[in-house]
Amino acid sequence: MVTNIAMDRPDLRLRDTGPVAVDVRGLTKRYGAMAAVKDVHFSVGQGEVFAFLGPNGAGKSTTIKMLCTLAHPTSGQATVAGFDVVSRAKAVRRHIGLVFQEQTLDDQLTAEENLRFHAVLYGVPHAQIDPRIARVLDLVALTDRRKDLVSTYSGGMARRLEIARGMLHTPKVLFLDEPTVGLDPQTRALMWEDVMRLRDEEGVTIFLTTHYMDEAEYADRIAIIDYGSIIALDTPDALKASVGADTVDLETADDETALAALKRDGYTVKRSEDGLTVFVADEEAAVGPIVTAVGVPVRTVRAHRPTLDDVFLHFTGREIREQHGEALPMFARAHGARRS
Amino acid sequence: MTTAASASPTAQVTVTDTRISDEIRVVGMVWERELIRYVRTRTRIVSGLVQPVLFLFVLGYGMSGLVGTTGGFNFREFVYPGVVAMSVVMTAMFSAMSIVWDREFGFLREMLVAPVSRTSLVLGKTAGGATVAAAQGTIMLVLAPLVGIHLTPLLVAEVISLELLMAVAMTTFGVFVASRIQKMESFQVVMQMLLMPMLFLSGALFPLNGLPGWLTVITRLNPLTYAVAPLRQVVFSAQNMSAAARARFPTKVTLFGYTLPMGLELAIVVVFALVFFVLAFRGLSRTE
Ligand SMILES: Nc1ncnc2c1ncn2[C@@H]1O[C@H](COP(=O)(O)OP(=O)(O)OP(=O)(O)O)[C@@H](O)[C@H]1O
Ligand SMILES: [Mg+2]
Repeated sequence: MVTNIAMDRPDLRLRDTGPVAVDVRGLTKRYGAMAAVKDVHFSVGQGEVFAFLGPNGAGKSTTIKMLCTLAHPTSGQATVAGFDVVSRAKAVRRHIGLVFQEQTLDDQLTAEENLRFHAVLYGVPHAQIDPRIARVLDLVALTDRRKDLVSTYSGGMARRLEIARGMLHTPKVLFLDEPTVGLDPQTRALMWEDVMRLRDEEGVTIFLTTHYMDEAEYADRIAIIDYGSIIALDTPDALKASVGADTVDLETADDETALAALKRDGYTVKRSEDGLTVFVADEEAAVGPIVTAVGVPVRTVRAHRPTLDDVFLHFTGREIREQHGEALPMFARAHGARRS
Repeated sequence: MTTAASASPTAQVTVTDTRISDEIRVVGMVWERELIRYVRTRTRIVSGLVQPVLFLFVLGYGMSGLVGTTGGFNFREFVYPGVVAMSVVMTAMFSAMSIVWDREFGFLREMLVAPVSRTSLVLGKTAGGATVAAAQGTIMLVLAPLVGIHLTPLLVAEVISLELLMAVAMTTFGVFVASRIQKMESFQVVMQMLLMPMLFLSGALFPLNGLPGWLTVITRLNPLTYAVAPLRQVVFSAQNMSAAARARFPTKVTLFGYTLPMGLELAIVVVFALVFFVLAFRGLSRTE
């Protein structure tokens, strides 16, 4: 088993400062002899975007079901919005929004009717229902389709309507179980804009599960879960840093001279199969100075920063994609789109 | 993306503790959804009419020749209240069984995770199913003149009341059955194996007297029997029937030689409805 830096830093796993939205201690769920979730500990701060990343069958949905009071924990405790998920189940339900892995809309009703139904079910005061519906439809940019039957919606639109519905009663925590599965890259990006806007404008805590690496990048912190256990938990950058430094690979006209020149300038360099590998703190910033420093013509430069794929590989010993028959569409890493 | 936390204080919702008025709103909302779905699926309204109409005219005319006319009264008129009951029962059952669809399409989950009592959900579903079923049965009343049944305002009111009771009973029963069904494919099986026998053995389509012993037992065990008989009794009591016709087409259910009064029949239906309301509630309460 790989040693895990993040696991040695309890300050990152259990937040003792600031308001806590989700607090999980030793949560376990068994189905017969099989433990779907094993002794999981973590906490999520109010307003945080927290991602559960793991392959199929890792226990993501099971964890969400326990936190949403839909499944009884076999052992352990959890509080959501300050309420115990077992003893205060109804209070928990009032304070959470839920978007399940499977769609749960009535497609014979219009978007507005679906939302109205939900508002009444969650006890939204009568006078607030219309303004609130208008507001969440606006947040997910579906205002002009509000009178249409959901059966006429595309998969992406239905998903965004579900997110709007999840936010309708201003929950403290919004649970999203694989919110973007089956959506095309543009729709996924759009949906992420919606989610981030919700977080920024309504201050809701977002707890999501995904098996898309590029999606987990949006999260403030990521828990990697595999076979029911959390095997790493940290910010995306810290997780990536924990598996290794950034590198810049070079091919030059004269590698010997280049190696000497770089070493003289204080770089950590080693020879690789077809050139040189330079270890740096920040690949983007380092490329320019390195190319200048080598003093010989450079044929190719390739900068590399560890990705979450590398992180996953590092902690589990396999690639997340091996878990699926399908190849996952990896859209261009949205560094630019992230809040910095 | 920039933060705009202060920019939008609009429409913040304060969720308070459960109140009775909230639960009543939930019942109303679930009821309203049933109505919206019923009105929106015209094919369902039409198909809900076709089968009873077929029975009324095909069976009614076909059997009239065989049964003949007694004192100006024939089989068509006899079977008419049964066919009205049939359309109520089938609509109520379809409405309740839509829970199976809701489960398949996930909407059931949306309802079950909400912080409301299951009682409100089952009540709303029952009220909704009963309303559309009674509506469907009432649409059948326009056919009355065609088969020679005479309607009075009082009779219409009585019929609608009985339809509502019958519909409530069948909806709770249907919700219970639906709560036990996990797959959509089972729906057809239930309809064929449960609903059709219940309808055929309820006295809706033939008189219950003079049946072989085993059939008598089955019909008396069938709760629908006690819902169909009162409907026929109120319809017939508003008609000009000769004594001969009344003897030829009896409406009373006898049990061990004892003729049940209508009040007792209705009480049986009420008990049936209550029992299945509780069972339906239990069926929907099971969590994972
Ligand atoms: N109701 C259940 N009964 C028995 N086993 C279950 C049940 N629900 C889940 N499991 C098992 O628990 C394990 C975790 O399932 P879970 O649905 O939590 O995975 P997941 O991480 O959400 O996967 P996916 O990415 O496929 O949604 C799986 O092995 C699954 O078969
Ligand atoms: Mg899942």
